[in-house]
Amino acid sequence: MIVAEQKSLDEIKSLIGDAERVLVVGCGTCVTVCFAGGAREAAIVAASLRMATKLDGNGKDVTDVTVQRQCEWEYLDEIAEQIEGADLVLSLGCGIGVQAIAEHFPRKWVVPGLNTSFMGLPTEQGVWAERCAACGDCVLGLTGGICPIARCSKSLLNGPCGGSEGGHCEINPDIPCAWQLIYDRLSALGKLDLLMAIQPPKNWKTSRDGGPRKIVRDDLRLGAEEE
Amino acid sequence: MAESQASTGNSYLAGSNLERLLRRGHFAVTGELGPPQSADGTVIRQKAALLKGCCDAVNITDNQTAIVRMSSIGAGTIVVQEGLEPIIQMTCRDRNRLAIQADLLGAYALGMRNVLCLSGDHQSFGNHPTAKNVFDIDSIQLVHMVAGMRDKRIFECGEEFKGQEPRFFVGAAAAPFADPVAYRPYRLAKKIKAGANFIQTQLIYDIDAFGVFMEKVRTLGLHEQTYILAGVGPLKSPGMARYMKNNVPGLLVPDALIDRMVQAGAAWDKPQDELTKEDKRARSAAWKDEGIKICIELVQQIRQIEGVAGVHIMAIEWEEAVRPIADGAGLLPRPVIDEPVA
Repeated sequence: MIVAEQKSLDEIKSLIGDAERVLVVGCGTCVTVCFAGGAREAAIVAASLRMATKLDGNGKDVTDVTVQRQCEWEYLDEIAEQIEGADLVLSLGCGIGVQAIAEHFPRKWVVPGLNTSFMGLPTEQGVWAERCAACGDCVLGLTGGICPIARCSKSLLNGPCGGSEGGHCEINPDIPCAWQLIYDRLSALGKLDLLMAIQPPKNWKTSRDGGPRKIVRDDLRLGAEEE
Repeated sequence: MAESQASTGNSYLAGSNLERLLRRGHFAVTGELGPPQSADGTVIRQKAALLKGCCDAVNITDNQTAIVRMSSIGAGTIVVQEGLEPIIQMTCRDRNRLAIQADLLGAYALGMRNVLCLSGDHQSFGNHPTAKNVFDIDSIQLVHMVAGMRDKRIFECGEEFKGQEPRFFVGAAAAPFADPVAYRPYRLAKKIKAGANFIQTQLIYDIDAFGVFMEKVRTLGLHEQTYILAGVGPLKSPGMARYMKNNVPGLLVPDALIDRMVQAGAAWDKPQDELTKEDKRARSAAWKDEGIKICIELVQQIRQIEGVAGVHIMAIEWEEAVRPIADGAGLLPRPVIDEPVA
């Protein structure tokens, strides 16, 4: 899932600025599961803003609504009227949700209420950790299902640097060394020979380095032949 | 010898002083010269003067510990002018494959002949922790790229050189005691397979543990495919020894050595506030003497280990220590090879 964190109320207040009618839009997918921007959080942020702006002597009209997925325009159509009626939209979706609203409502000012952090999973109650960097050329088949791009601090492809100690990365004892994890897993599965081959320089073109990415599936497009 | 060496017969790969001495079977001595955090070339000249005559070549660090310093190639140029041979350290942290290759072309044109390929300390340790890192390629891919520029006369993309190719003696690092320890000899094997002509190890204080590592290296025949230079360095104080033991990954410092350092300063064993400035100076001198003495012993023990081709003396910000260590270990004067470079 996409994991995000809420911005501070102070930052959100400064992003809202002079707007009087504010619509807080939550998202029912990833950010609901990571407790950053679902219906519950949207209601809390809206109430906090109402209270805070009232205390500041300029109570704003803050309402909230949550859609199933902010990153698909059809779900945004359901709340088009509310969006048009607001001076400003505070999106509690990930960065994609914010941009989906901006693209779909070209005349509406939209600001982010979250910092989109990474793609990861909950490792325990209240803890999320990064797992994928969306490099566009998956190497997990070589590394026993543990990603060195997302999980090694240097994204090394040929094994651990000298900073691996006691299972953790030298940059932070809370970060497991990805290559220790890979080594242990390949060792347990009898596949250490995979670590003897030299991996060539990675083609980063499929990652962000090749410019903004886009996937076109002609088999799925509607009316593609007319274009 | 490594594949690339074998394929060129008796002729030198790069013709550096370091390569020629190693090829002739001399026990090599390399040192380390850290460029200043300034644009002052005088510092380099002073350090070069201290190292000249006691090292066959000196590593010029590349933004070591991710702290901005004069570039290794800039400082290396001054070192060449001073008549000392540099080993340019090149990390993958700050440059992508374009910048690395471009810089190496320049380094070769400026007279540099040795490169040490490193992944590089993470920027979070340095003085610009908010910087974006690069890590386009890793250290093994870097070794392969630099060897390929020399042996296949190609850029990383596969395009052939139309003019002079850079011919470097290619080095890499090894951390024998970093985790996972069992994998370390195999990682060394990968570096050699990628084209590493020489290896410099992390600091060795635990001779027994290093002996175990070298035994595995010999079993794999790696010592016959590359030149392994063992890293050594003088301890400055018991505090430094304990810090390295407890805080630096991949460093083993036996308690016996820490005890020796403590004993060296035992005459001044009283509360800090009762020590005069002179006391502290004398204690520091006693520690340093013991540190140099220990380092000499380590070099002598390392020299007995089969498969070790030299030592890499790392006296960080203490370049004065290199001469007494090399001298004490019977490594001076350094051999001079008087022959034209092909």
